[in-house]
Amino acid sequence: MKKNDGSQCGTCDTCGKCNDQNDCGIRMYTLIIYSENIAGLLNQITAVFTRRQVNIESLNVCASSTPGVHKYTISCYCTEEMVKMLTKQIEKKIDVLQANYFLEDEIYIQETALFKLSTPVVLSNKNVSRIVRFHDARIVEVNPNYVVVEKSGMTDDILALYEKLKDCDCVLQFARTGRICITKGCVELLDEYLKVRMMKYDLQKTQQQ
Amino acid sequence: MSERVTGSEALMRSLENEGVTTLFGYPGGAIMPVYDALYDHRDTLNHVLVRHEQGAVHAAQGYARVSGKVGCVIATSGPGAMNTITGIADAMIDSTPIVVICGQVGAAMLGTDAFQEVDVIGVTQPITKWAYQIRRAEDVAWAVSRAFYIAKSGRPGPVVLDFTKNAQTAVVEYESAKVDFIRSYVPVPEWDDNVILQAATMINASKKPFVLVGQGVELGEASCELKAFLEKAQIPAGCTLLGLSALPSDHPLNMGMLGMHGNLACNVKTNECDLLIAIGMRFDDRVTGNLNTYAKQAKIIHFDIDPSEINKNVKVDLAVLGNCKDTLAAVTSLVKETNHQEWVDSFKPYAEREYEKVTKKALAPIDGPLLMSEIAHKVSEATNNEAVLVTDVGQNQMFSCKYFKFTHAHSVITSGGCGTMGFGLPAAIGATYGAPERTVCMFTGDGGLQMTIQELGTIMEQGSPVKIILLNNNFLGNVRQWQYLFFNKRYSYTPMVNPDFELIAKAYDIPSRTVILREDLDDAIREMLETDGAFLLQCVVKEEDNVLPMTPPGANVDEMILEIE
Ligand SMILES: Cc1ncc(C[n+]2csc(CCOP(=O)(O)OP(=O)(O)O)c2C)c(N)n1
Ligand SMILES: [Mg+2]
Repeated sequence: MKKNDGSQCGTCDTCGKCNDQNDCGIRMYTLIIYSENIAGLLNQITAVFTRRQVNIESLNVCASSTPGVHKYTISCYCTEEMVKMLTKQIEKKIDVLQANYFLEDEIYIQETALFKLSTPVVLSNKNVSRIVRFHDARIVEVNPNYVVVEKSGMTDDILALYEKLKDCDCVLQFARTGRICITKGCVELLDEYLKVRMMKYDLQKTQQQ
Repeated sequence: MSERVTGSEALMRSLENEGVTTLFGYPGGAIMPVYDALYDHRDTLNHVLVRHEQGAVHAAQGYARVSGKVGCVIATSGPGAMNTITGIADAMIDSTPIVVICGQVGAAMLGTDAFQEVDVIGVTQPITKWAYQIRRAEDVAWAVSRAFYIAKSGRPGPVVLDFTKNAQTAVVEYESAKVDFIRSYVPVPEWDDNVILQAATMINASKKPFVLVGQGVELGEASCELKAFLEKAQIPAGCTLLGLSALPSDHPLNMGMLGMHGNLACNVKTNECDLLIAIGMRFDDRVTGNLNTYAKQAKIIHFDIDPSEINKNVKVDLAVLGNCKDTLAAVTSLVKETNHQEWVDSFKPYAEREYEKVTKKALAPIDGPLLMSEIAHKVSEATNNEAVLVTDVGQNQMFSCKYFKFTHAHSVITSGGCGTMGFGLPAAIGATYGAPERTVCMFTGDGGLQMTIQELGTIMEQGSPVKIILLNNNFLGNVRQWQYLFFNKRYSYTPMVNPDFELIAKAYDIPSRTVILREDLDDAIREMLETDGAFLLQCVVKEEDNVLPMTPPGANVDEMILEIE
């Protein structure tokens, strides 16, 4: 049975992960959205996904490098046609400055995970510390009850570590952030947009005078 | 030079700055400071007290649609605001510019389930172009100006301002504000010379072009540009329901209405043309029918102001973004003067076939009960085809829109995307304010009239000159037609027992007349139009008439039913 959680189309096995011949076109897309810093926008943005029945796989909201501008990083599985619609409908929101979508190879992606491991198990099973070192994870806290391990990387690296630790039966808690991304292109799309808008504003003002 | 005033007074001044002269509203606890301020502005701000807040919104919509200005509504918090929801959703889908200002509990009580507190922003965000809570009197001037700018510019739409009580009463230094630029909002995308050139090239190469005219032409005030474009290249056109008056009905290139109950020729030719040119329309499913077979043979050009409409329902070959007033003019300068006579003539046999099978019977029945179609036709003629047509929803809407004729833009006011029963009466009231010099004829059904019938009280109080033509079939006719066609004639809860509508009119001091016989119709219409002010003309019509032709839902657009049985 194929699960229909939005990550697969339900009719083919391609869905971005597999490499079947009949590709349904579904891929993991990441939208990077910039908005004014206004309360309530997150709701409006996620509502666009809900209405179009697209599940959000990961979401991160933070201040951007431009003062007063917020950055949303949202990943989902869908077709390119769909992601185009989502992008345009999001950009249509009055206080959204810009929305763009990217495939996996067009951005640098990072996520962080925290693991809370049981200290007695970690001590009794030598494999645990080997796994932690092998995966380049950091130990950030040790006490008689638990050990906290931090790992930054791509989703797959983090999940690989999680699977290994789970096999050792030592994971008390596991938490993972949404992905954060930086585009690979050399043009800063937001800066360009703001520059054009500023010029437009100046032009409008001179025309009015 | 600023002056210290309350937030409510600041609202009044801000509305005046925006050129507002008419407001539709209903008071209540959380908006009382605003109503108190309004009392001092009675000379400049004419407030129309409706009988239900839904009526206020539809009235504002009617006002906006007929005038091209922004309609304005005031309501109280909680239940008052909730009663505006249907109208707001209707304005959203039909791109109607309105600003709805509702009261809200004081900012300190927000989120506490205070008396008449509803999360209005949360509820209205998905159905507005912008929804904003004014929590400080300092923000009033800015928020109001921004609201009007957003409602009116670009693709118009509804804006909600949720005005907390503390902000209504707080005192501020009032300074007017003018928002005409928002950096995150590009109301009109800039058009591209290259795209214009490509469009002109495609049009010049086309042998069988067909234009789809939408409400965007009206919203962009581009009727003249449209006409110039069509005439230069001699391109036949069909109009959507909301675009019906963007092109005069008797224009030789106007081939009629598109869509489910549109004209046969338009729908057949949609699937025969080699170039489909959509202007300010959004390929609604009521226009396209089955998308998998829709205009597959044609190249498609889509003129629109809203980038998110491009490729939403129908994949297009070329998108011409911008205000169609500008883009049409630019394309027109590049298209060749052409003569597609043979193609234009090829519409005729279909028009004739529809005339023989449908129109003749609909307009000149020999016997039997009155038909909605002949009434709409006669009323239109009696007004020289110059009246504003306002409709409710259902068969009355389809028949009146089909058989009314239009001579100028801004003449059809109907609920398209939402199909909101109860829209007609209050929208017609609003239209009388938006176009006081014009005759406003409102066609409604026995069902829809009763959804907002309380607005007869508004008509009585205001003396609004609405000509109400009630097409009474004692049925929820539109639903009955579908039951007849698709549910085995099982009339589940569509027959209606109705009140004596003339008695109701009498109670509201509105003159009325009922026509049953065909020979009385002309005189009754004459009496209605000659009577000063409002009039209720009840027409007792055939109970089980069907709107034809019809593309069944989901069928191919050109597969229209012309006859039943
Ligand atoms: C608020 C609302 N409720 C229900 C409907 C569904 N509906 C569409 S047409 C119709 C029948 C309308 O009956 P009536 O007003 O008598 O007009 P007729 O079709 O008979 O001319 C109904 C119930 C609707 N469009 N709007
Ligand atoms: Mg009826």
